[in-house]
Order: sequence, then C-alpha cells, then structure tokens
Amino acid sequence: MADLLVVEGLTKRFGGLVAVNALDLVVTAHTIHSVIGPNGAGKTTVFNCVTGFYQPEEGRILFRGEAIQGLRPDRICRLGISRTYQNIRLFANMTARQNVLLGQHVHLRSTWIGAIVASRFTREEELEAHREAERLLTFVGLSGKGGVLARNLPYGDQRRLEVARALATRPAFLLLDEPTAGMNPRETQDMMGLIRRLRDDLGITIGLIEHQMRVVMTISDRVTVLDYGTKISEGTPREVQGDPRVVEAYLGRRRVSEAGR
Amino acid sequence: MRGAVSVGLLSGAVAVYLALVGVVEQLHARLVLVEPVRLSLGQVALFLVGLGGAVAAARRAKGGSAAALGGALAGVSAGAVLSALVLAGPPLNIRAMFVNASPPLFALVTLGRGHAGVPTVLALWGILGAAAGVAVRLPARLRRPLAWGAVAVLLLSVFQELVQLILQASEHTEGVTSLLFTPDSPTPGAAVAVFVVTAGLNALWRARGAEVRRRAGALSPGGRRTLRLVGPAAAVVAALLLPVVGGAFVSQVLVIVGLFTLMGLGLNLEVGFAGLLDLGFVAFFAIGAYTVGLLTSVGNLGIAQMSFWAALPVAVVVALVAGVILGIPVLGIRGDYLAIATLGFGEIVRLLVLSDFLRPWLGGSQGLLDIPKPVFAGVELVGPEHLFYVTLAFSAVVAYVAWRLQDSRLGRVWMAIREDEDVAEALGVDLVSAKLLAYGLGAAFAGVGGAIFAVMLGSVFPHSFQLLISINVLALIIVGGLGSLPGVIVGALALVGLPELLREFGEFRFLVYGALLVVMMLLRPEGLWPAAEQRRELREHVEAGEPSAEEAGGRHPAGEPAGG
Repeated sequence: MADLLVVEGLTKRFGGLVAVNALDLVVTAHTIHSVIGPNGAGKTTVFNCVTGFYQPEEGRILFRGEAIQGLRPDRICRLGISRTYQNIRLFANMTARQNVLLGQHVHLRSTWIGAIVASRFTREEELEAHREAERLLTFVGLSGKGGVLARNLPYGDQRRLEVARALATRPAFLLLDEPTAGMNPRETQDMMGLIRRLRDDLGITIGLIEHQMRVVMTISDRVTVLDYGTKISEGTPREVQGDPRVVEAYLGRRRVSEAGR
Repeated sequence: MRGAVSVGLLSGAVAVYLALVGVVEQLHARLVLVEPVRLSLGQVALFLVGLGGAVAAARRAKGGSAAALGGALAGVSAGAVLSALVLAGPPLNIRAMFVNASPPLFALVTLGRGHAGVPTVLALWGILGAAAGVAVRLPARLRRPLAWGAVAVLLLSVFQELVQLILQASEHTEGVTSLLFTPDSPTPGAAVAVFVVTAGLNALWRARGAEVRRRAGALSPGGRRTLRLVGPAAAVVAALLLPVVGGAFVSQVLVIVGLFTLMGLGLNLEVGFAGLLDLGFVAFFAIGAYTVGLLTSVGNLGIAQMSFWAALPVAVVVALVAGVILGIPVLGIRGDYLAIATLGFGEIVRLLVLSDFLRPWLGGSQGLLDIPKPVFAGVELVGPEHLFYVTLAFSAVVAYVAWRLQDSRLGRVWMAIREDEDVAEALGVDLVSAKLLAYGLGAAFAGVGGAIFAVMLGSVFPHSFQLLISINVLALIIVGGLGSLPGVIVGALALVGLPELLREFGEFRFLVYGALLVVMMLLRPEGLWPAAEQRRELREHVEAGEPSAEEAGGRHPAGEPAGG
C-alpha cells in the first residue's frame, strides 16, 4: 500500500515549550489512522502543522511524495488535504448550503466578472455547485437543512456539516479533530458509520484525533500514541492497547504499580 | 406613586436641560399650529418629553385609573420642575450661566402668561399626563392609529417648507398650498385632515391587513411575482419623478444622498460583505474626484481637458488601484488594528493633496478649479436635476454589480472571510486576492462617487475629504443594516438626506442625530433594512416562541411617537 503522508522529524516549539518533538509518522492510503494521547500531548499541533496553520521548526512533511511544510493553508487544501476542528468552526452566519458551497471553492472556475454579467458558464457552474452541495448534505444526513443558518443547527448536525464542508474540497486525506466530542452514544454511533463510509465508499484516507477509546479501538486501522509531543507507541488498536507505555501515559506510573500489586 | 413622581421629575429635568441648551428656543421658531392656539415645535418638544415621563409612569401602574393617576402625577411633577425654572430663573440670574435662559424662553414655557401662567402650566401638564396614562391603557387598535396620526401631523409641520416647495413646483397643485398652509404653519383643517387620514389608514390596515396579506399569499406564483415587482417598480418611478416634483433643492439633497449611497455601497463591500473595517474610505472618494478634476479641468492645473465621460473610467481604475495599494500593507492586519491602519491611509491621502509638495500639480489648499459640467447628448448637465439622474444611473449600475457579487462565488468567499478567515484559508481561499478584490472594488465604487462630486461642485478642495465623511459612511451602512444593499440606500436617506432637509434646525440636528444613533443601536441593532440572513435569524427566533422585535415594540405603545 502507498504511503499517502510521511512526516519526518517534525518539531514544533512555542517559546520554550516543545509541543511536538522529532515526530516520525507514516499514514497509509485508504486507512483510518488515529492519533491519541493525553491532553496537551501535541495531537492538534500535528494536525495544524500538516494543514499549514503552523510552520514547524524542523522536519519534513511529504504528501504524495511532495514536501508541503511551510506552504500556505490554501495551497495545502488544493493539494488534497482537508480538516475539521476540535471546537466547531463553521461559518456561523452562513447557511448550511453556503458552507458547503464555500468548501467547493477550489473546484469552481467562475470569476467575479462572470458573476456580474451572469455569463452562461457562471450560471451553469453555480447550478451544478448547488446540486453537489445538496448531494454532500444528503451524504452526511443533512438533506433538507440546506437553508438553515449553521449557528441554528443542533450540535450533532454542526459536526456533520463540518464534515460535509471538508468533503466539498474533495480531499484525499481528511483530518478529523475529535469528531464525536460532546456526542451522545447514538450520535457517536452515527458518526462512526459516517467515517467508515468516507474510507470505504469515497476512498478517503482519514486522520483521526479521538478521545473516546471505544471509537478509536473500533474503527482505526492504525493508532499512533503521543505523549509530551513524542511518539510513545504505534500499531494496530490491539497492539497499542496492550502497550504498557500507553497505559502509563494515560494513568501515570504510580497507579500502574499500585494496580500491579 | 412615588415612582410616578420621580419619573415626572426626571422628565422635567430633561425638559429643563433641553430648554437651557437652546434646543427648545431654536424649535420655537417653527410653528405647528397658529389657530386655534399658537403652538410651536419647541413647546411640542417639551410636551413630548413630559409625555414620555407620563407614559413610563402609567405603564408601571396597575389598572386603568391608577395609570391615569400615575400619568397625571408624572405630568404635574414635570410641569413643576419647569415652573420652578420659570419662577427661580430671573431672581437667581441663571442667565449669567445659561445664555438661553431668556425671557422669551420663560414666555414659551408659560404660554406667554408670565408668573400667572404657572397654575395653567401645572394643570395643562397634569391633564396631558393623565391623557397619556389613559392612552397607554387603550387597546392597540385605537392607540396605534392615534399615535400614527399625531406623528403624521408633527411630520407635516416639521417638513412644511419642503411640502410647500413641492406643491408650488407645479401649477396644478399651487392652489392647494394656501389651503393647507398659513404662512407659518399648517392650517387647522390640514392638521385635522392629515390626522384623520393617517389614523384612518392605519386603523384600516390593522383591521384588514392580515386579510390582504392572506389573499396575496394565496395568489398564483405568477401573480405573487408580479405583486413583488410592484414595490420596486413604484420606487423606480418615484425616483425618476422626484426632481421634477421636488425641484432644485430636493434634487441637490438627493444628489448628495446618491453620492453617499455610492460610497456606502463600496464600503459595504469591504465592511458588510468581507468584514474588513475601513476608516479611511474617503480617500478613494477623494482620489476619484481629483482624477476627474485633473483630467477635465480647463484651468491651469488641468492636464488633459478630457470630457467627463472619458475621465470617469480612468477615475474608477485609479481608485481601484489605490484600493489595492491600500490593501497590500494591511492584508495581515485584523479587526481593531485594521481600523487604525486604514484611518492612517485616509489621512495620508488628505494631507498629500493638501501638501505644498504636491501643490504644483494638485493646487494644495486652493484645490482644482474650473471643472466643466458633463455634456450628455448635446445637453450640458448643469442643474442638480440633471446631476441627480447621472447619480441615480451610476448608483443603479453600482448597486446591480454589488447585488450580483453578493451571491457569487466571490461573495461567498468574502462572507467566509468575515466569519472566520483562518478556516476560509484552510478551505482553499486565497485570502490575498479575495481581500484585495474587496478593497479594490469597494474603492472603485467610491471613485464613481468622487467623480460625480467633482463635476457637481466644479472644483475639488482637500477640506471636502475629512475623516468625518468616512465615519458618516460607516454609520449609514450600520444604521441601514450591515451587508444589506437596500439598507445602504435607506441609511443614506436617513443619515444624509434628513439632516440636509432639517438644516434650518442648525447644529441641534447633530444632537438629535447622535441621540438617534444611540437609540437605534439599542432598539434595532440589525439596522433599518437588515440583510437577508439577519432577518432569517429573527424569524427563527419567532418560530422558537421568542417575541419578535415588533411584538416587543408593541408592549411600549406610545413610546415611538413620544420618543420621535
């Protein structure tokens, strides 16, 4: 299988704090690759480096063999990487449909002059873009809610809309930052189904940050565990689960020794 | 009841304040009625303040008679404060401190009866307060028409000169003038007629409006589309006829409104659509004006003696380039800092055109002179009526462009930048080009306005491009409704047109202007004509069972007329 994303020696510092320390990471195409770790382990920082929000101090990030570290976020998006956010960041005062239409931005060609003169090309492209938006909304289970302002959607729908908006960029690699945060078991179940369909039906590679261990262990193909910005374990869910270093990172050394007694 | 007294005292204090700063005396020059009683606008203003207090007191009271009593108490208290001013003013010689505390002011308060008028004042204010108290308790179907009728009569007297001007413009309506107006005020007949007609129409709409709306809703789709076109079509016809009906003065005011509309549409692109605050916007207006001035002037600073129509596109392009040039250094600046940076740009442009350094080319404080009027189809467009049509045509074009852009791919990108530019960038939006387009196109719109401004005055001076203009444009798009295109026009009419029409009220119109801005932001922060998404938000609140703005307003019945 092909390596879609290769991270080599990635280091990101904030002042004296080393958020990510010489991280190596390989994400294989068409897998769900989870990144887990305690709070402040540097998971989101890795995402932010990959999507261009942060400029890493050291290291290389290769996407389909091409170095992307230091590129602007919009360039990286055009290459085929998209993401959602830990704290939902929709365009709150735009409708669900407009959010998805904005996601399609990189694939539209019409210009502002075309919009003013209402050229045939612009009209047809807009029409098709609206259809595509409807398809994507339906795919994530939001059909019929296209006209609702994003801020007025229920919490779970907002999470789905973020996925639909990210999908609209037609990514090869989709980074989901805690997509089930704050969801009840039922909604979590739905979201897991959706993530699987992204991989299986659309062939998208998924990078996943997740705190619910049940979700991680159920749907991940591979899991990387971070602690203090360093990779402490990697493997299949089963391998990682049994790794004493992981247990230690989550529960602390003393507790482990107590449990051992 | 103690509450009623203190509210009354408070409104009395407000009335005294208005009297002492001179507002009341200024308004006293304008008469609302001559017969049967001589009543000036200044007196009406005092009464309205008292009424406000009485309404506030009556609304707190429980039960009808308590409301009337509370209103009366508040009225008497307010009247007592005013009476105290009249009685204590001369012996304490407060005129040494407040120049406005003059005998004419006291005469105005006591209705010309001196100290003997004090009991009358107290009685009159008490009765007015009681009446307000009773009115508050009236059912809405009676109260609303009465209030609207009173407001209409007030408007008639405030705008009497304008109405007369319009009536006298045509021979057919000239005779009506003497029927409606004495030399100083509307005739009693006219006041009663306006009151009855307005109140009647309002009552009719209250009774029948729902039925009409239901029937309009039941029309076929085609019929509804036609119905929806009626409003805009009527607006277009009215706009085309305005200079014919209103004459030179009204046309001149409307040209200025049009220029501010052009600037407003441009700034709305930056602030309303893309969320990029710009306090130096007048710079682009100046650049458009100076470009046309330089290219068309037949004076000694003119460089090309071009026609207006040839110079206009150049001015637009120059303004657009200037917008992009402003945009480049401020690309990475956000929010409050952006306001300060753009403020600097506006001042730089003004100081440059004022400078000795550029005097050989731009004329320094003397400005550019001898800018010829545009010629269209052999007709020299001299009068404000002609320029009105030029302004209207360009405003229409610019509004159309803005409307097309709003729902386009670029419009969505601007909206996304306004909401969250980091996320927009992560979705593939090139922030640099999107922002520069917003600055450039917005500036181009203002450039059109500047070009017309240059030929309107026939000369261009640096002092026309003060910071206050930028702030005014920002205020009008906020008052109209940020991001809303009709809002720009409504805002320009309200904040530029009205003050121009009320010029005779002197500097006090700015006091009213300021107070209105504050009240407006408190009561209707979304603007007079909010953009679609903001209106939608409101509607969804209604569906969720929260009271809408209108219902909330309905619980403050006489508040609007009293406040207005």
